Amino acid sequence: MNKKKKEYIIYLILRGCAFLTILTTIGIVTVLLSESLTFFKNVSFWSFISDTEWTPLFANKHYGIAPLVSGTLLTTVIALSVAVPIGLIIAIYLSEYASDRFRSVIKPVLEILAAVPTVVYGFFALMFVTPFLQLFIPSLAGFNSLSAGLVMGIMIIPYVSSLSEDALSAVPSSLRQASYGLGASKFQTSFKVVFPAAASGVTVAVILALSRAIGETMIVSIAAGQQPRLTANPLVPIETITGYIVQVCMGDVPHGSIEYRTIFVAGLTLFFITYLLNNISYFLKQKYQEQYD
Amino acid sequence: MIKRNKFKEKIFPPLALFCTFLGVILLLIFLVNILIDGLSRIDADFITSLPSRKAEKAGILTAWTGSLWIMIMTALISIPIGVCAGIYMEEYSKKSKINTLIEINIANLAGVPSIIYGLLGLEVFGRLLGLGNTILAGSFTLSLLILPIIIVATRESIKAVPKSIKDASYALGATKWETITNHVLPYSVGGILTGVILSISRAIGETAPLIAIGALAYVPFIAQSPFDEFTVLPIQIFNWTTRPQHAFLVNAAAAIIVLLLITFVLNGIAVYLRNKWKMNLRY
Repeated sequence: MNKKKKEYIIYLILRGCAFLTILTTIGIVTVLLSESLTFFKNVSFWSFISDTEWTPLFANKHYGIAPLVSGTLLTTVIALSVAVPIGLIIAIYLSEYASDRFRSVIKPVLEILAAVPTVVYGFFALMFVTPFLQLFIPSLAGFNSLSAGLVMGIMIIPYVSSLSEDALSAVPSSLRQASYGLGASKFQTSFKVVFPAAASGVTVAVILALSRAIGETMIVSIAAGQQPRLTANPLVPIETITGYIVQVCMGDVPHGSIEYRTIFVAGLTLFFITYLLNNISYFLKQKYQEQYD
Repeated sequence: MIKRNKFKEKIFPPLALFCTFLGVILLLIFLVNILIDGLSRIDADFITSLPSRKAEKAGILTAWTGSLWIMIMTALISIPIGVCAGIYMEEYSKKSKINTLIEINIANLAGVPSIIYGLLGLEVFGRLLGLGNTILAGSFTLSLLILPIIIVATRESIKAVPKSIKDASYALGATKWETITNHVLPYSVGGILTGVILSISRAIGETAPLIAIGALAYVPFIAQSPFDEFTVLPIQIFNWTTRPQHAFLVNAAAAIIVLLLITFVLNGIAVYLRNKWKMNLRY
């Protein structure tokens, strides 16, 4: 075989591997859509979005996605209200205050938080955080969105801090010098000059953390409960979209039944939300990279 | 003079330092609790026993062998594909619409929740290819999940190889593939390896996609081939955590210690390699 032919075959193989990623996306969309379309032959789309109960596994069946979405949003909001402030403070500190040496030591340490398997965090939330919080909030149920959300927040701190720090560090130092030249302090420079200049990069970090929190599965499956309900009360058991999928998969639901299809409808809803967020963050990222390049 | 808030100025550095360590300190508190609960439960019997309905007799033999199977099979499937795709995107692909699409797509796939990969695996590998809830189906599913991480790591490592090295190779008459295998890959192997180990560590800790494809919580035998049913450590932990009896929670804590040990060792190796590789990266 001559060299040119061999090179071309290698090229085709490499190209095939890259195209596999496109096939993956097509596969995901096809699988979710085809099962969901069959689902919507039995259940009207209107009742899916307007019904306030989700009880496909009970005798009296309701197929309203709202309780699962509200459960997901509740845990996500709690997680972000922990991770965003703490993550941003860490990012500003590491980028503007800390020494290079401190930064190079602390960054891998923070990454450990994201490396711990989520099932372990779930155990923490159920076994330690909930009993601890019950000391202060006696009405807190054994399964609740509060501890699940708080623990998830700790987990996604590095997602916020790492990307935000990259964005803050990318701000040209001329901006800082100009600010100092006008007599501003380090604190003022950090918060009023550097932070606004990196706003789009920070937004990307927050959106990615948001998307990560929405898709998080094991923490909520273990610690948040299995009771879909439309509530904003963080003290009671709820169920998220991901938690529902796990609940059904752990049980014995026959293939082809409507219960089986509900996990794909739930999956499609989840995919739709996260896909939207990921795309927004991708285009924001392209935009802000152009600013300083 | 611009008005300054002295209090804010003073309080920020210590506050920020506190925030930096807050997550780590909480994690440490958790870990100490886990160690207190689970360490006494870990012995040779726990590692070499099959699962049991009695908590005191139950062990993690099927779970850790399952995790080992999954780790090896996932690595064998995902590393060649991921590295090849990374090479294609960095060295071969020209700026075109389809290549931009691949790039956006990979960024998107990295953000798809892992449970969605589980649903894909359930339908495509489990039902369509008829692999059911076997090790092979699980490994294919996890491979798709970690492909974006390997591809991104490969691209970044290759990008760091100076153009002059490639030019020198071309000038001596080497073909593109010869240049890649003889020069580009040897220089970037450290970075690629770091990414690969991190992604494998992620795969070992994954629970949700394997539950979705129907991996069982109770498997009373050791898997002998990739076509056997299996369980993994995280699923075993999940199963024990959801039991009401306290003895099973102790088992869960003990299994968590084993899982964390594997995760931390893998991550430690990755960090070590990354630092070493960064230091060697002076041409």
